[in-house]
Amino acid sequence: MASKVVYSPRDPMLKKRDDFVDVLEERRRSSDLRYALRCYSPVLYKGPTTSKASELKTMVLQSDQLHYVVNQVSRESGVPLDDVQAEASVILEEMAHRLQLSTVRFFAFTLSKVFKAIFRSICVNEEGVQRLQQVVQEHPVVLLPSHRSYMDFLLMSYLMYTYDLPLPAIAAGMDFMGMKVVGEMLRMSGAFFIRRSFGGDKLYWAVFSEYVKTMLRNGFAPLEFFLEGTRSRTSKSLTPKLGLLNIAMDPFLKGEVFDVSLVPVSISYERVLEETLYARELLGVPKPKESTSGLFKARRVLSEDYGSIHVYFGPPVSVRSLAEGRVNRSQFSLTPRHIPRRPSEDVHSFVNDAAYRLVRAQEENMVLKPWVLLASLLLQNQAAGQNRGVPLDELIQQAVWLRDLCRQFGAFLHWPDHIPSSEVVSSSLSLHGGLVRVSEDRVYLALEQEPHCSLTAEEELLSQAVVVLSCASYRNQVLHVFLRPALLAAAIHTASSSQKQEVYSSFLFLRNMFSNEFILCPGAAVQDFEEACYLLTKVGALHINQHKVLTAERGHRTLAFLTSILDPFLQGYQMVCSFLCEDATQALTERRFVPAVQAFIIKHLLKGRLRYPEVLSSDLQRNALAALLRLGAVQKVQGGEESGTLKVNRIMLNSLEDTLGGRLSTQKALRAHL
Amino acid sequence: MASNSCGGGSDRQMAAQHRLSVIAGHLQRPSGSNTAVLAVDCKGQGSKPFVSSEKRTVPRRRQEIMKWNGWGYSDSKFVYNKKGQAEFTGKRYKLSGMIIPGLKDWMENTFGATLQHKAAATPALNSSAVPPPTLNEAFVEELKSTGVPFSADAEDRVFRAHGHCLHEIFALREGKIGRVPDMVVWPNCHSDVVKIVELACKHNVCLIPYGGGTSVSSALECPPEETRSIISLDTSQMNRILWIDEKNLTAHIEAGIIGQDLENLLNESGYCTGHEPDSMEFSSLGGWVATRASGMKKNIYGNIEDLVIRIKMVTPQGVIEKSCQGPRMSTGPDIHHFIMGSEGTLGVITEVTMKIRPVPEYQKYGSVVFPNFEQGVACLREVARQRCAPASIRLMDNEQFKFGHALKPQVSSIFTSFLDGLKKFYITKFKGFDPNRLCVATLLFEGNREKVLQHEKQVYDIAAKFGGLAAGEDNGQRGYMLTFVIAYLRDLGMDYFVIGESFETSVPWDRVLDICRNVKARIIHECKDKGVQFPPLSTCRVTQTYDAGACVYFYFAFNYRGLSDPVHVYEQVEHAAREEILANGGSLSHHHGVGKLRKEWMRETVSSVGMGMLQSVKDYVDPNNIFGSRNLL
Repeated sequence: MASKVVYSPRDPMLKKRDDFVDVLEERRRSSDLRYALRCYSPVLYKGPTTSKASELKTMVLQSDQLHYVVNQVSRESGVPLDDVQAEASVILEEMAHRLQLSTVRFFAFTLSKVFKAIFRSICVNEEGVQRLQQVVQEHPVVLLPSHRSYMDFLLMSYLMYTYDLPLPAIAAGMDFMGMKVVGEMLRMSGAFFIRRSFGGDKLYWAVFSEYVKTMLRNGFAPLEFFLEGTRSRTSKSLTPKLGLLNIAMDPFLKGEVFDVSLVPVSISYERVLEETLYARELLGVPKPKESTSGLFKARRVLSEDYGSIHVYFGPPVSVRSLAEGRVNRSQFSLTPRHIPRRPSEDVHSFVNDAAYRLVRAQEENMVLKPWVLLASLLLQNQAAGQNRGVPLDELIQQAVWLRDLCRQFGAFLHWPDHIPSSEVVSSSLSLHGGLVRVSEDRVYLALEQEPHCSLTAEEELLSQAVVVLSCASYRNQVLHVFLRPALLAAAIHTASSSQKQEVYSSFLFLRNMFSNEFILCPGAAVQDFEEACYLLTKVGALHINQHKVLTAERGHRTLAFLTSILDPFLQGYQMVCSFLCEDATQALTERRFVPAVQAFIIKHLLKGRLRYPEVLSSDLQRNALAALLRLGAVQKVQGGEESGTLKVNRIMLNSLEDTLGGRLSTQKALRAHL
Repeated sequence: MASNSCGGGSDRQMAAQHRLSVIAGHLQRPSGSNTAVLAVDCKGQGSKPFVSSEKRTVPRRRQEIMKWNGWGYSDSKFVYNKKGQAEFTGKRYKLSGMIIPGLKDWMENTFGATLQHKAAATPALNSSAVPPPTLNEAFVEELKSTGVPFSADAEDRVFRAHGHCLHEIFALREGKIGRVPDMVVWPNCHSDVVKIVELACKHNVCLIPYGGGTSVSSALECPPEETRSIISLDTSQMNRILWIDEKNLTAHIEAGIIGQDLENLLNESGYCTGHEPDSMEFSSLGGWVATRASGMKKNIYGNIEDLVIRIKMVTPQGVIEKSCQGPRMSTGPDIHHFIMGSEGTLGVITEVTMKIRPVPEYQKYGSVVFPNFEQGVACLREVARQRCAPASIRLMDNEQFKFGHALKPQVSSIFTSFLDGLKKFYITKFKGFDPNRLCVATLLFEGNREKVLQHEKQVYDIAAKFGGLAAGEDNGQRGYMLTFVIAYLRDLGMDYFVIGESFETSVPWDRVLDICRNVKARIIHECKDKGVQFPPLSTCRVTQTYDAGACVYFYFAFNYRGLSDPVHVYEQVEHAAREEILANGGSLSHHHGVGKLRKEWMRETVSSVGMGMLQSVKDYVDPNNIFGSRNLL
């Protein structure tokens, strides 16, 4: 069905994007105090609004929805009704926000100071803000920012305050509550807290979903949450989590509101505050528990330069128009709407597709800095040449080439054209001095440690991996631009012939394999393939006719670049396969999977059999495992003594590994397994 | 001659007229002398009708008293007089001859429709634009021998080729004529119908029964693909009450009688049916049965399915009827339910036995103002919960309240206008109602005086709990009057580039507010989307309450200046609105029926098996599709 949809090529270079305005400029010119105390009068939703947080709580506690579940829980557990009701109200108390303008003003003041200290500029597309001002009056709004840093939601609220927009209610993870003072302050600036997991807790789910829906139905405030669920440690967009989106769409699907507007917001940091922290975390050093004192230690951060931030408010997406022709809404009129029901198959797939589209919209409006290109080039160079470094002029020349390719692919690249390329490159390099070194006109990744202590080979490898992973997180920002052409390039590389059908099935295989790793919209394989073909033909890298896909003479450089950008992932997945085949013990559980596979990979890296330290990333390993579980090459044992252990299908893993390595034709592999 | 049987003294007639004016005060003035006189006689009818009267509203040649391209009587319409004030012409209605000062401004403010921009209709039917009839000669020959009157006159045929959907009337105003029936026949009684149907089967011609012609579902449209000769079977001359059974309180009536005649005639004997659909001035008993009609006062008298005892229908397979008049039967699925809602696809309903009630001794209008629509709906829900709904209770939203206000006739005394001002002040300033949010419920109580007053108090007490303030009888009465003149108002709108329509649904209580909000918003949204240059009127009212839900009416109109194909835009918007209704848990129709307009949603409404059931009935009863209107299925 989906394969019938033909990709209609629209030149991505023509993609219209708004201009930016720096909000810090105004802050540097006028008083922060006056700014924090100014008259704040946001535009409001036209419908009847509830303005008090306490009224909201009462509405939730008295709702039919909650009453139903309270009764149900009481009946099932034998706990008296009043106790369950009381528990519900405790849950709500723990969850609910208590928005206070004074706290917001405090944040407006301090954040102004902090932002000015560490950022050069915070650029916002004001046309997007105007669109938001419009839509906020019309429909309940859901803000969906990308999530790369703790900074994200502070920044969002800061901007909403700056532009006289209603302050959002933000879904935040419970871990913030650990930070006593800060947690409460966040609560008073609009955050509400949800437990990370509450799988079977009906009551919790009921309170939570009703709280969110009540806010939407009554136009209380824009709802804000992160589709990706958590901060992406890799700067790659994470596959979306559907829970909150399901809840946010529910009032529309059940006809309780006319429409809901979803506004994807792309926040891109030139330098992420948590950059090396993330790399450590990915390597298995557990993340420090959020604590207030920890935050103060972060004060040293204040003396650093984090470049600029770009915030792009994307065009609002109407849930109504998304659902048009996709969801039969009358299905919700056959049972009382307050009885919780699992979403039907069609609703689930609708929400899933919508979520992917929204994450894609976030990706596409992320501003890319020149450094992102440099990081990609340096990493490829590093893998190829054992860190002998690149001559600076060569790097500049390569960067300019990549810049042009990027633009042809429609990337939202901020490369200042009025400055000589050499200056652009050297200023980028200096901003990221912690990751890269320039000496004798050669550029190196900053892998060498100060020789003050004697490290074991393994420790040295890990510390190098921190730098590589940090760099990779910048390269990852550009991956979404290259992903589809890169999959095609890799498919051409692995396909046994240049027959279009053959290449397509290779493409399909890789796309399927990597759909936990990258944002690939479900059911859009044909469009993705057509898009990749279109782009690569456009840049003159491929000749494609009815039956064949042929590499053009001048296409080798492009294809080589594209295949190598995907190579770490290809190799990483092969590593995981071979680990599972060779080294996995009987009692391997999901929990012990990451340390075990990391140890396995370290061995290979040290022996020089693997060139990519970034394969040590637990994110990649987990994604690979998820893919293998999805494909059925690994199974999780349910129940019994071995419950939770991973059962491995060696034959299948072997052939997947071979196919990834291009040693087995995909058609055979597909026939065998998919 | 039949009229002599109960001609009675003029005293009795006077008394009846008096009652009538009280009871149907909202409806019509006591009819003047201009109603057509018609001799009624049926050769096939052995016995004389029990009740009859000289006065019949509908002559064979309808065009003599009714508009050919608009609603209702030719003499009644809204016009702008020389002073630019709106006026309602004629003598038939309470509003007739009155100036309506607020209407012009309302039209301007609501639609941007001004006097300068007039869209005149084709003044008279151009007979040459009507396609010549395709006659089935053999059929015509045999028909002649039966003596049943018929006509192939262009005007007669065009008049029966349409109902009152917007696109139908719009086309007529433009002088566009599509496929029309090839012939009109006027059977006089049941046996005439039997003969006609037999001949139709014999000669394979297509029959489309025609009652009052008030359909708003494209049910009367001739299928353009029909190649056979199409005969419009006009039942208007089958309009007698054959007997009244006072012991069982039933009456046996020919199905062609129209609502107002039925009530008038029964009133003469001190009875009524209480069935008052908004179209009752023109719609017929047979039409009610064939579309599952609903009356305004169904809370006391019930809808048509509650009122009928026995139905006689002539089908290609013969006559279908029950053998007794038991008030309820357990004899398998009720065959009446194949007939009710069959929309002319199975046969012609010729005679109906239905319940009658004594004319109520007392009737009182009322109205309640609520601070907002939400409170109003909550009140109606509570009234339904307590099962104490008056004969009629309707809740208009704010836009419709303003509309009703604009239709206030010029007040004669300064005192009245002073009182009005005072009332307005009390409600908006003293009680703090927002004039842009408040809404009004209109009420009609019926019964004996004591009980009515008691009932009234009960309802007002409930209303008070939802912030409702009693707002007088006048407002209530005007609300009901509106129902009858609104169709005339559409013609005025069309004179000034405004097109509009109403449509209805039924919906569970918990969905009422949501469906009202969403459908109204969808209409506005779609109009904008489709390039309508002016903001549309999108308004609704809750017109009936049931135990488990309510009937909701939507009105929608817009100024179409600047659109090249306004009717198409209109249809797209209406289509979208219906989709929205269904998506919000509303029904395909509460009482207008399906016709051809809403056919596309039948399958999802009744499921494929349901469709199969209906189809198999059709296949058995009418295998050659003699009743070929192609409605419903």
